[in-house]
Amino acid sequence: MSIPGSAAAFDAAAGEVVDLKALQAETDIAAPIAELDRDLVGLAPVKQRIREIAAFLLVARAREKVGLVAGPPTLHMAFTGNPGTGKTTVALRMAGILHRLGYVRKGHLVSVTRDDLVGQYIGHTAPKTKDVLKRAMGGVLFIDEAYYLHRPENEKDYGQEAIEILLQVMENQREDLVVILAGYRDRMESFFASNPGFRSRIAHHIDFPDYSDEELLAITETLAAQSEYRLSPAAREAMIAYIPRRRQQPGFANARSIRNALDRARLRQAMRLCAGNGVASREVLQTIEAEDIRASRVFTTAIN
Amino acid sequence: MRVTQGAFSFLPDLTEAQIAAQIEYCLRREWAVSVEFTDDPHPRNTYWEMWGMPMFDLRDAAGVMAEVRACREAHPQTYVRVNAFDSTRGWETVRLSFLVQRPTDEPGFRLERTEAQGRTIRYAVRAYSVDQPSGRRYGADARKAPAERR
Repeated sequence: MSIPGSAAAFDAAAGEVVDLKALQAETDIAAPIAELDRDLVGLAPVKQRIREIAAFLLVARAREKVGLVAGPPTLHMAFTGNPGTGKTTVALRMAGILHRLGYVRKGHLVSVTRDDLVGQYIGHTAPKTKDVLKRAMGGVLFIDEAYYLHRPENEKDYGQEAIEILLQVMENQREDLVVILAGYRDRMESFFASNPGFRSRIAHHIDFPDYSDEELLAITETLAAQSEYRLSPAAREAMIAYIPRRRQQPGFANARSIRNALDRARLRQAMRLCAGNGVASREVLQTIEAEDIRASRVFTTAIN
Repeated sequence: MRVTQGAFSFLPDLTEAQIAAQIEYCLRREWAVSVEFTDDPHPRNTYWEMWGMPMFDLRDAAGVMAEVRACREAHPQTYVRVNAFDSTRGWETVRLSFLVQRPTDEPGFRLERTEAQGRTIRYAVRAYSVDQPSGRRYGADARKAPAERR
């Protein structure tokens, strides 16, 4: 009697060799990951995990080639982190990456919140949730602020019904879609604590760290460049002063706060140009000056 | 007698993979796909029962296939078809419709002749299966009670 995985069986199958490097080139794994590295600032643990998943999918494919068991891996994920740490952005890219790795067939992202899944009366929830799941098949279902699905204070809440349908599909149709739950860390913890079924069905819990001041500055410049603006050297200095001050203020939401600050700076720049002598070169239209940033409320209100 | 309605009905029954591929084709062209069933196979019976709403904004056939399977399971001895509706201006019609399930035993149709005025003959086509009331055609378990459907 031969036991699979025993020394003899291993020797027999060892003759087959799969060139992982060639497989890597063939599946074009490196490109989406390099893109991710280039476009997203910071997020080291997230990128590391995506690299691991990519490597795993590659090995799964290699295993399939030599005829080893290759059950579909569970790729459901939970993204936790503070507001504005890039959870949605990464989820959007994750759909593309998984598509290029050949794990999901279509590679689209369906982004939903509680309202899209939970109905308003009896019998409304199941069709609604199923409809969303059907739309997400072949791609990624992104459930933002997933903890709102569960309302512990109301035991008649229809959220539980949506959760049960979700869990069932996550288990039985793993090869058809990937579910990504996202939300703030502490609330997700209590959500998982009250729904143990979710925790065990999610293989990848990825924590998004807060951005450092340097990373936020880099994000400012990336965002500005995306909309064809640039910061003058003085404005860059102002931004360096702005970021730690903004962090002290209530309602700080990492990259989102930076994006809003940049939007307001653009408004002030427009006002400044309109109030000026009426002549604007391409250069001037592009440049955000220090005064556009220094005019922010952040510099005038005292930090308590 | 094998009922030949809709596309592909002169071919052998489609396999699951072939059905999925046809649905893929419909979804790629952004047609809304729906599942319907009936136990009245008359060719002029256009009003089949809907298995849920037509499905919009799908990207992958897996969702439709799940509905097809659910419908077959609930109605094992009926005709089930998949329709694809094109809402493009100027078309606004069903572009593709094909059977994905038929009862194991299809007794077929009989031709009825009625003599009218002046010895004129009027013809009617009647399915043998409709001699039974709806729900008892094609075997006893043709249709489960609504409560058992889900």
